[in-house]
Amino acid sequence: MTRVVKTKIEIEGRVHEETVVVERNEPEAWEAGREFSQVGKSANRVDGRERVTGAARYTYDMHPPGLLYATVLRCPHPHARILSLDTSAAERLPGVRAVLSKNNAPDISWYAGASKLFDEELRFAGEEVAVVAADDLDIAHDALKLIKVEYEVLPAALDMDKAASPDAPVIHPKGNVLLDNDGNRGETYSRGNVEKGFKSADFIVEGTYRTPTALHNSFETHGCVASWEGDEVTIWESTQYIFGVRGRVASALKLPVSSVRVISEYMGGGFGSKGQTLKHSVIAPLLSRMSGRPVKYMLDRHEENLLSGNRGETVQKLRIGATKKGKLVAMELETLCNIGAYGTWAASVAGPAQELYACPNVRTYTLGVRTNLGSHAAFRAPGHVEGTFALESAIDELCRQLDMDPVEFRKKNYAEGDQVSGKGYTSKYLLESYDMASRLHSEAGEPSLTKLPPGNWKVGTGMGSQVWSGGGGPPAHALVRLNSDGTVEVMTGTQDIGTGIKTALSQVAAEELGVPLESVRFRLGDTQKGPFAPASWGSITVPSVGPAVRGAAEDAKQQLLEIASYFFEVPAKRLQIKDGYVTVEGRDEGKRSIGDVLSEVGDYMIVGKGFRGPNPAEPLRTWGAQIADVAVDIDTGRVRVLRVVAVHDVGRVLNPKGLASQFYGGILQGVGLALMEDRVVDERTGLVVNANLQDYKIPTMSDAPEMIVRAVDIPDTAANHIGSKGAGEPPIIPTPAAIANAIYDAVGVRVRNLPVTPRQLLDTLEATGVEARQPRERSS
Amino acid sequence: MQPAHQDSDVASVAMTALSGIQLTVNGKAYSVQVSARRTLLDLLRDQLALTGTKKVCDMGHCGACTVLRDGTAVLSCLTLAAACDGADIVTVEGLAAADGTLSPLQQAFIDCDAFQCGFCTPGQLISATALLAENPAPNREEIQAYMAGNLCRCGAYSGIVDAIEQASKQG
Repeated sequence: MTRVVKTKIEIEGRVHEETVVVERNEPEAWEAGREFSQVGKSANRVDGRERVTGAARYTYDMHPPGLLYATVLRCPHPHARILSLDTSAAERLPGVRAVLSKNNAPDISWYAGASKLFDEELRFAGEEVAVVAADDLDIAHDALKLIKVEYEVLPAALDMDKAASPDAPVIHPKGNVLLDNDGNRGETYSRGNVEKGFKSADFIVEGTYRTPTALHNSFETHGCVASWEGDEVTIWESTQYIFGVRGRVASALKLPVSSVRVISEYMGGGFGSKGQTLKHSVIAPLLSRMSGRPVKYMLDRHEENLLSGNRGETVQKLRIGATKKGKLVAMELETLCNIGAYGTWAASVAGPAQELYACPNVRTYTLGVRTNLGSHAAFRAPGHVEGTFALESAIDELCRQLDMDPVEFRKKNYAEGDQVSGKGYTSKYLLESYDMASRLHSEAGEPSLTKLPPGNWKVGTGMGSQVWSGGGGPPAHALVRLNSDGTVEVMTGTQDIGTGIKTALSQVAAEELGVPLESVRFRLGDTQKGPFAPASWGSITVPSVGPAVRGAAEDAKQQLLEIASYFFEVPAKRLQIKDGYVTVEGRDEGKRSIGDVLSEVGDYMIVGKGFRGPNPAEPLRTWGAQIADVAVDIDTGRVRVLRVVAVHDVGRVLNPKGLASQFYGGILQGVGLALMEDRVVDERTGLVVNANLQDYKIPTMSDAPEMIVRAVDIPDTAANHIGSKGAGEPPIIPTPAAIANAIYDAVGVRVRNLPVTPRQLLDTLEATGVEARQPRERSS
Repeated sequence: MQPAHQDSDVASVAMTALSGIQLTVNGKAYSVQVSARRTLLDLLRDQLALTGTKKVCDMGHCGACTVLRDGTAVLSCLTLAAACDGADIVTVEGLAAADGTLSPLQQAFIDCDAFQCGFCTPGQLISATALLAENPAPNREEIQAYMAGNLCRCGAYSGIVDAIEQASKQG
């Protein structure tokens, strides 16, 4: 029986209440220790063949007949106003089919009302001035050179201190800093009495920590292909959220949602940046309507790195205090977050300080600051990676002062429940993570140094731990169709952004139905084929869509067994499906395949429906611990990460092989953030000078450490009925902190700025006179 | 991103002049007209509808567009199409046998979960094919050194090394 309920959902540190439809009772939770035939077994990607043969067609590969190519004239100044704009010469160039700019574009509000699709005031270098659609990209680029623009260059604010100061040029209609719900500058959280807490502290660690602006650099850039047929537009889009794009395009173009179809069947990575709808998703349909031809509008690598989002830099002033017995008594954190020109939220940098340790007195303050640079976007555990780097560095420093083992300290300050909400967690296996990581690390022995190039190498070990959401929630829906020939189709409007969700959720459907994995066709990434599923962000897809898929499979199975009971002449509850055959429980003879049953009933198609039910009242969290071994060449300042041991509590594991890949990927991106990734802006011109894959460094195969990864693998049956939590984001969170702590262990200096470049490390070594210092003896 | 030139000195006449070339791609002969500016990557993707080869940086930085040209791995985004007259090109679409049987490397990539989003995979597979042609039994360090120019943002590197090792043992 359908009912409507309110439930709380947390995505990437932000909680909201959602009113959701509950269609019926959900299936019973898969209990701990249950024997599975598919779930928990390592499976190859169900679409592996398509991905290794070039047959997988991504947005970038779509090529409808008559395709035009769009490219963009972008503002070359960090802050400017267009005084005049003449596109007429470009329009006359042979092969140019449509030009769109402020001169002819419809008035469409953008950036939460702060700007327009084509505005006269431009607030970062890279904002759209005019877009050309032409027969090929060369003609389109030629046409851009024929556009005449006159700018009034306006004062810009490029760094956070300047932008947040009272005499800064106003760069945004709503001001340069984010306000809280009461209109105060920034967000404050407080519990206990921090001043009193610090008075009772015997040891206090204090420092300013900086994390860089990091660029996602998804390998498929943002972009889309738009094509009209009658009054319906199809948009192939490289997105983490097909329903988000559909809604935004429909409202911008004043179309019913049924006239907008968004498809993202194969998608070349997003890491958070593709949860938003960027302007190209609206501009391409407009150009297509103007020209009467399909239009492809993909960003190039340079553009991708200017405007598609970033992990905004942070500056964190952190102070923590503990008693001489090693009990945390106070923490205070003040953070500035660079949210770029149009940011509307600040990342949850304060989350770890609020939750990771038991501490009675905590105050955090977070101020999001707008600057004349590309806006930030969610980037794999936004905020928590940055906040964990600072917090876990300070905890490590405190452990040194206390002369306490870092694991012992963490156990001593273990938070049983959530100190923010005052409730218990649905599950928390962080102690198990600490113990497993320590055991795996000691079992692995000393890392090999033989592969290091010649150098004056010092080795060290450090750890970090992690709290993050990842519990998911409604709404999320799925359908399971059983066709008359026995084939199974799962349909849901989620998208596989590269995580392998299609494989893991196929396993869930096959498990519940009792069919082999190969017989499941999983259809996703098409707003016309599947019911609503949420954005692929916040590590929510497995715990949100997974239960919906299982529910749909269970519904389809029940319908099938009720039909089969007529032929078997026994009640449905005595029937089961095993290996694709319906049998009477406990008997193998007389079995019938699903196709045999359904073909008896007039080519009948079963449609099972499933949904994600409301969340429990308790907060849902993922947990984990990592231990890194590094080598530091004190002559060159170079750091090599030798090994990372990672153990995370992400509930029940669906596909161990796919999960390991998620862990590897998170750790690698953590290595990048720790050692090399940093967007560089020229402070004179406001231009990004390394918006490419040569000057912006990401880890290569040679930078990959040995990685030993495990999940605790205890189901969270209170979280949802498949017992799984999300796993995409947790593994990046502790990595930079563990590496920084290992560097301290190796050379005895504390690095508080990421990335730890050779230059920074050499300077720090020199400033602290490390040559005279003996690194602390290793205690692994 | 193109800078905002205020003049109109576009020398597009010479640039758009077409030249005819003949080349073989995955064993199939093609005769095509290409402009002077067209890269091999765009020829493959936009004119020959072979979209398996991916455009990621278009600047020779990432390795995703790697194809075999006369048996040698080249970056198709830095190769002008007009210079490919008479060339024998192999792309990811040409790695499997005619009956669809995957090459040992392709199968090993699936078995070892050597990709996540799969966008760099075609370039990884071609580079790995070239590696095994040069060095049929590389050790892990040799694999890492040879493949370091093929970037993967998802971080599937350990699976890729495993896959190349597995395939080399079968080859």
